[in-house]
Amino acid sequence: MPGDEYLEGIFQVQGRDFVDAGIVSSEIKKKLKEKGIPESIIRKAAVVTFEAEINIISYAEQGTIQYYIEPDSITIEAKDVGAGIEDIELALQEGYSTADDSIRELGFGAGMGLANIKRFSDEFEISSVPREGTYVRSTIYLNGK
Amino acid sequence: MTLEAIVEQLGLKCKCCWEKLKRDVEGGYAGDLLSDVMANSSAGNIWVTRQVHQNIVAVASLKEHAGVVIVQGAVPDKDTLEKAQKEGIPIIVSDMSEFEVVGKIYHLMYHG
Repeated sequence: MPGDEYLEGIFQVQGRDFVDAGIVSSEIKKKLKEKGIPESIIRKAAVVTFEAEINIISYAEQGTIQYYIEPDSITIEAKDVGAGIEDIELALQEGYSTADDSIRELGFGAGMGLANIKRFSDEFEISSVPREGTYVRSTIYLNGK
Repeated sequence: MTLEAIVEQLGLKCKCCWEKLKRDVEGGYAGDLLSDVMANSSAGNIWVTRQVHQNIVAVASLKEHAGVVIVQGAVPDKDTLEKAQKEGIPIIVSDMSEFEVVGKIYHLMYHG
């Protein structure tokens, strides 16, 4: 985990707030552009932050997304208080989802979120306590390796 | 090919951001699962979907799509158009099915 000196920003995300979904991802994307981070890295970070944001909105009461920029990587950390995940291995399988109809009607809840985060990360960590919350960390290397 | 050429030649209707129709379209993507579109579409794509709610604007903006085509006569939510205006994402509508729209755009772009 990166040291606090690399912390660039912290954002609050409210559960069930689908209206504002994407605001945090847009903001982080804008900041990364301002910092001159390469486009290919920003594209990965945009997918990771969007999926992390949607997961908090869909399954948690509330959460935070924070991001760090180190000389050779970007790290996105999502922490939430909420339902948590009973079986992480299952949750990581593409297509597995516990989303209800209201989430699926919006085109979310297809069971691709965590799989996408993992796919676009160079390092990926997840832990969860059912009925308490979930922690996800994604690191993307700036040199693309 | 520009978004404008596609809109004109296929008789589509632009509901928002006419001023952005001069944009070049680089390929396209079709899908209604937002995570699928996030993961697999590219910048400059024309995105064809049946979804109408405002989260499509967030996806199109994050992915830097050229524009979004909503199919099957579906009506974009008012919030969707407001957000699209703010983000500068053209929202285009058609009465045709997703299959038909995609087929016609594909033909126009690659065999027109």
